[in-house]
Amino acid sequence: MESVNHLETSEMVLNMGPQHPSTHGVLRLVLKLDGERVKAVECVIGYLHRGVEKIGENRTYTQFAPYVDRMDYISAVSNGLGYCLAVEGLIGVEAPPRAQIVRVIFAELNRIASHLLWLGTSALDLGAMTALFYCLREREEVLKIFENYCGARLTTHAFRIGGLQYELHDTFEAETRAFSEMFKKRLDEYDQLLTNNPIWIERLKGVGILTAEECKSWGVSGPMIRAAGLAWDLRKAQPYSGYDQFDFDIPTRQGADSYDRYLVRIDEMRQSLRIIDQALEKIPSGAIMAKVPKVLKPPPGEVYVSIEAPKGELGYYIVSDGSLHPYRLRVRPPSFINLASLEKMAVGALVADVVAIIGTIDIVLGEVDR
Amino acid sequence: MATEAWEDSLSGHLHSKFAQAILKTESFRGQPFAETTPSEFHNVVVFLRDDHAFDYLCDLTALDYPKDEARFELVAILYSFTHNRRVRIKTRFPESFHPQSLSDVYLAANWLEREIFDMFGIHFAGHPNLKRILMPDDWQGFPLRKEVNILDMDQSWVQNNLGIESGQ
Repeated sequence: MESVNHLETSEMVLNMGPQHPSTHGVLRLVLKLDGERVKAVECVIGYLHRGVEKIGENRTYTQFAPYVDRMDYISAVSNGLGYCLAVEGLIGVEAPPRAQIVRVIFAELNRIASHLLWLGTSALDLGAMTALFYCLREREEVLKIFENYCGARLTTHAFRIGGLQYELHDTFEAETRAFSEMFKKRLDEYDQLLTNNPIWIERLKGVGILTAEECKSWGVSGPMIRAAGLAWDLRKAQPYSGYDQFDFDIPTRQGADSYDRYLVRIDEMRQSLRIIDQALEKIPSGAIMAKVPKVLKPPPGEVYVSIEAPKGELGYYIVSDGSLHPYRLRVRPPSFINLASLEKMAVGALVADVVAIIGTIDIVLGEVDR
Repeated sequence: MATEAWEDSLSGHLHSKFAQAILKTESFRGQPFAETTPSEFHNVVVFLRDDHAFDYLCDLTALDYPKDEARFELVAILYSFTHNRRVRIKTRFPESFHPQSLSDVYLAANWLEREIFDMFGIHFAGHPNLKRILMPDDWQGFPLRKEVNILDMDQSWVQNNLGIESGQ
C-alpha cells in the first residue's frame, strides 16, 4: 500500500488586492503561502499608471507643475517643492528668502499631514481604530491652513517656479501657531494611546526587518532607512530651500523593524514642529517671486534635484534640449523603490504581518504607479 | 549643453582605471557625470561601488534619441553615504545592444530595470525577471519612446470608438 503523509502541507497561492483596504490603494500582492507563512510575494502594480513622465514631455515646464501634485497626493506640497527646485536649478534661479522660508513651513506642515494619515490608516489596518479619528482630526487643521492659503486641500499647487504665487493670508501665522501649540499635546496623547500599547508592540516589534546594509542595496530611503540606524536625511545631508538655518535633529532607531519606523515617524513630527516654530519667528519680508521669464525656455542641460519628502528621497531628473518642453522628465519615486523591498521583508512573515509591513513602508499608489 | 570639465580625484581615478572606456567626464550646474562605453558600463558602476563607496543606486533611467544610431542612453545616478555626493554614469547604445543588468550590484536595479524595459524596450542581459511592471502585460509598444505620440493615440481612440473628432 502506498504510504501517504497526511500532515504534509501544500503551497497555496493567495491573491491579495488590488481592492483590499489594507493595501492602501490598488496594490495587488500574489502571496505564496505555506500555511500562515509567506514563502514568496510578488507585487503587481501599475493599476494607477497615468504616464506622468510622458505627459511631462508633452507639456511646458509651467503646465506640468500641477501634475506632480497627483503623484503622492498625500504630500502634494513636497512634490511641488521638488519640482520647483529642479526647474529652478535648470534655469539657474533661486527663490527669494521669504519664499524659501514659507516653502519650508508648508513642506513641514505637509510632512505632519502625511505622517498623520499614515499613522491613522496603518493603525486601522492593525485594528487600532481610535487612532484614525484622532489623526484625521489633527490633519484637518493642517488642510484648513492649506485651504486658506491657496484654496485647495490636497492637490495644492502651492508653489510656483521661482517662488510663490500668493502672499501669505493674514491669519496664517496665528493659525499655524495655534496648530503647533495644540499638536504638541496631541502627539503626547498618541504616545499614550499606542507607543506602550502591548497589542501594538506585539504586532510591530521584530516584524519586517530590513537592516541598514539591505536598505542601501534596495535603495530604500526616508523613515525606513533611519529606523535602521542610518542618520541620513537630505534636509541635513544636502540642505535645500534654507533648511540649514534651522536647528533640528534626525530621529533614528536601531531596530530596523516596523515598530521603529513608527517611532521614527512620531519623532519626525516633533522635529517638524520645531522647524515650523523657528521658521514662524523669522519669516523675512520682501519679494515672493524671483525674476522668471513668462515663457520658460531652459538652456540645454540636465539636473537631478532631490528632496526629503515624507516618504523618502523624491528626485526629479530633468533633461532640457532648449525647447519649451522637457526632453525627458524622470521622477525618482520613493514609494516605488521602497515598495520593492517588500518582496524581501515579507518572506517568512505571517500573512497578518504583511499588512503591518505594507503599512509601515508607507506607500501611496499614486506615486508607485505614476 | 554648456558643460564644464569635471576634474577632481574621482574623475582622475576613472580615467586612469578605465582609460579609453571613459568617453567624457563633465559637469553641468555643479553636477558631475561621466559617459562610458556600453560594454564597460557595468564595470564602472561596480568599481565606483567597491572602490569609492558609491553604495546607493538613487535612480536608473533611460532616454531615447531616435534620430541617432546609438538611440538609447542609460543613466545611473549613484550616491555615496561616505562622501555625501552624487555622480551620474551614462552610456549610449543602439537598439540591438543588451546592456548587462545591474541587479547583481544593487538590488534596487531589479524594479528600475523592469520599468526601463517596460517604457523603452531595453533588454537587460542577466536580469532575473525582466517583464513589464507598470503597463499591462499585453501592451503593445514602449510608451516612453519618442515615436509614441499620446495626442495621436487619443485622437485615434476617440475616432475609432466614438466616431468623432477628439478636439485635442
